[in-house]
Amino acid sequence: MADLRMKSVRVQKLIFEKSIPGRIGSNVPKADTPEVDLNDVLGSTRKELHLPEVGELEVMRHFVNLSHLTYGIETGFYPLGSCTMKYNPRINEVTASLSGFKNIHPMQPEYTVPGALEVLMNVYEILSAITGFDEITMQPVAGAHGEMTCLMLIKAYHESRGEGDKRKIVLIPDSAHGTNPASAARCGYDVKTIPTDKEGNTDLAALEAALDDTVAAFMVTNPSTLGLFEPNITKVCELVHSVGGQVFCDGANMNAMVGTTRPGDHGFDCMHLNLHKTFSTPHGGGGPGCGAIGLQNHLEPYLPAPALKRKDGKAYFDHNRPHTIGRVSSFYGQFLMAVRALTYLLAYGKEYMADISRYSVLNANYVQALLKDVLPAAHPRPCMHECVLTAKKYKEHGVRALDISKRLIDYGFHPPTNYFPLIVPECLMIEPTETEAKQTLDSFCSALIKICEEAVSNPDILHDAPTTQVVGRLDEAKAVKMLDVAWKPTQETANV
Amino acid sequence: MPYIPHTEQDVREMLATIGVDSIDDLFVEIPEDLRLKGQLDIPNQMDEHTLLGYMQGLSEQNLDLSRTVCYLGAGIYDRFIPSTVGAVLSRGEFLTAYTPYQPEASQGYLQTIYEFQSMVAELYGMDIANASMYDGATSMAEAAIMATGIKKRNRVAASRAIHPNSRKVLGTYCWSMDVQVDDLHTEDGATTDWSNVTEETACVIVQYPNFYGVIEDLTAARKAADKVGAMLIVVADPTACGILPPPGEFGADVVVGEGQPLGIPMGFGGPLLGLFACKTEYVRLIPGRIVGRTTDAEGRTGFTMTLRTREQDIRREKATSNICTNEALMALASTVYMSALGKNGLRKVAETSVRNTQYAIQKLTEAGGQLRFGGKVFGEFVLELPKSASAVRDALLEQGILAGLPLGDYDPTLENCLLIAVTEVRTKAQIDDFAMKLKKELGN
Repeated sequence: MADLRMKSVRVQKLIFEKSIPGRIGSNVPKADTPEVDLNDVLGSTRKELHLPEVGELEVMRHFVNLSHLTYGIETGFYPLGSCTMKYNPRINEVTASLSGFKNIHPMQPEYTVPGALEVLMNVYEILSAITGFDEITMQPVAGAHGEMTCLMLIKAYHESRGEGDKRKIVLIPDSAHGTNPASAARCGYDVKTIPTDKEGNTDLAALEAALDDTVAAFMVTNPSTLGLFEPNITKVCELVHSVGGQVFCDGANMNAMVGTTRPGDHGFDCMHLNLHKTFSTPHGGGGPGCGAIGLQNHLEPYLPAPALKRKDGKAYFDHNRPHTIGRVSSFYGQFLMAVRALTYLLAYGKEYMADISRYSVLNANYVQALLKDVLPAAHPRPCMHECVLTAKKYKEHGVRALDISKRLIDYGFHPPTNYFPLIVPECLMIEPTETEAKQTLDSFCSALIKICEEAVSNPDILHDAPTTQVVGRLDEAKAVKMLDVAWKPTQETANV
Repeated sequence: MPYIPHTEQDVREMLATIGVDSIDDLFVEIPEDLRLKGQLDIPNQMDEHTLLGYMQGLSEQNLDLSRTVCYLGAGIYDRFIPSTVGAVLSRGEFLTAYTPYQPEASQGYLQTIYEFQSMVAELYGMDIANASMYDGATSMAEAAIMATGIKKRNRVAASRAIHPNSRKVLGTYCWSMDVQVDDLHTEDGATTDWSNVTEETACVIVQYPNFYGVIEDLTAARKAADKVGAMLIVVADPTACGILPPPGEFGADVVVGEGQPLGIPMGFGGPLLGLFACKTEYVRLIPGRIVGRTTDAEGRTGFTMTLRTREQDIRREKATSNICTNEALMALASTVYMSALGKNGLRKVAETSVRNTQYAIQKLTEAGGQLRFGGKVFGEFVLELPKSASAVRDALLEQGILAGLPLGDYDPTLENCLLIAVTEVRTKAQIDDFAMKLKKELGN
């Protein structure tokens, strides 16, 4: 029976294992220029190239069947906390595939691409209005890349004031995303952790104690990863500024603020945005991301070069940037993601922009309310765009947050984020986003309530979950110990 | 608003369940003075039809490939993309998935990443590859930083014939990590001067073929690195590796590159695809995600992200890099591309590029240009003209030809030089036309 089920869901052999010598999956352009002696022209040529040989239909079947074994937002509810898995409007894909955007070269003369510069500038101007920052740049290509770029701006700023050698510490809350400390380390900074208080806010006393003139920056996620707005944010920024430090806002949770409040007004010096979270560009299974950053005027001289500016109504690249930190990516960032983001921003416009934060916050609070008896909130306060719940009471039945998540897969839902933030025991972080209907949230919560009953009555169902997918829980230890990360032509399984 | 499905009744019921009177009541934790009062100063909403027209209007202001014949390359190439690539990428399951943190629900995507890693490792002649990096430039910079960690040395030696933008990114990353970059100087368009490779050098970095199109001598680069116990990092064009001996054959420790030529549109330079491959011994130190093959409790084969303890969400400031989101969808594009073309197709594309390039060299030198450098080239070359290259480029642009990249901005001694790429999509007739127009422009 199991075998038949596997066949019906079309588990795929590796594409290499489908290879039959002589088959081709594409008719590449024919050469009509004179033949040449390749060894003569190139010096030498390669002998073997073990790429698969499959027909065109087989290529399509292979990948279409693999897509069936993949869960996306268009498949179903995807409440992955901190990831803002909202609907990715299809018109974005249409505009991003317009030839005038898709088929232009990044090094063709600037005067041949005014429309592309206008797209970027449009996005900059709208994001500037939404976030309250003076300047925007989209050269960083992912969220973590944006964080890193912001820290580089801060580093350049301190260096310009002769304080580069002195300010070596970056403060980071214990609730922060792992990218924050990793980005700080990537910029040569030492990390000091700031605790969260009982209510889920920054521990102000601990912050004050940590502040001195060795601090380069404080990286704050607001709303925090606990899904809570930091009510003392203005005070936090003032404290850091009073010792000459800079304050960075991790914008992963911008969805809660769009059209409602602007981090640029809170006292932040710079922030990063994830356009693939807040502004609906598709995440594509792990990228491309798009890490626009916002910054106030005092950091402007250090912008990555070239800087996009407007003069006499026209957008242009300013290459004359003597104080720039330099380039952080190959060209101008994820341009086709900017096209998608602009399409999205204009689909809302000034009239509806605030609906993004309003309905995302409504949805999260609704889920928190429906689940309060089975999975209480870590901090019983109104949450913002996501709710952070704890499953610790099921531990006595031998059930952990991960088991609940895996069981959700059997019910047809993508699990929430598990075990993050790290400071909440048996954490489930649920971010429904504004694009989900009440009825979807109802069925999701009903499933979770049912699972919590199972956790008490029959915990093994949860331990064995999921049982509805092509594989059950995988042996992660074996994956590390018997590392197999590339198919090799010489052996069936290449253990390295 | 079609993206938000809430009816008034839904909202009423939801507020009642929560126990508040209005949505505004949910924002009480935001201090009153920080809450916006009116609408933002941004454009009005557009309906879908109007919006499409607006975006179409912006797109038409750009000179795209439908209106020009492209000889501009420099790392980003106008290459043939099979229709299967776009068809697979438009699958909503792939397009709208997140990073496969729940492997049981992501087996399809994970398998494609495993296939991608296998293909990249094979193409570069290396043991393993990761699940992708942002782009070629950041992939190179990450490799260099990794080498400084492995070798515990604080300097990297990079050829001046590496793409100037990549060198700038390397400079930025190294500045922030207090690492010194030493230039390796070139002669006749190729890296020959290894005098800046010293006992303090963590790695030697060269590009293959280099920015000028010249095929670097990787044996010499390996030797220069070995002499001081440094690592060798090669930045390799993936299409060229369809026909050239791969960098792995020369003993490269890490091979990185820009994956755009493998089925990804030029897109004004983004999104791109960073390739990263290395020897097995470095696998636990590399940046980025890695997918491995394993089994479940019943012995069924499955795929999962592995060696996760290198990564930021677990290791935080001790992670090998801060990268998390990479370029999965672009990696998928290149996987479909390499599957569709297969071993023969990729070789054919590379071979046709060589033939077209050789033909263009012949015709354009007959038209009055001169080859600037003597080295062997794959699909791109530097042509010296008797007058300013940007003036010639601008004049030819008016005649429907994007003639290449004027190099004066990058090196003042190359003021009259054009970097010209000739891919497999160019035809004999197009090259003849280019030569004829160039000849006229040069007054010959």
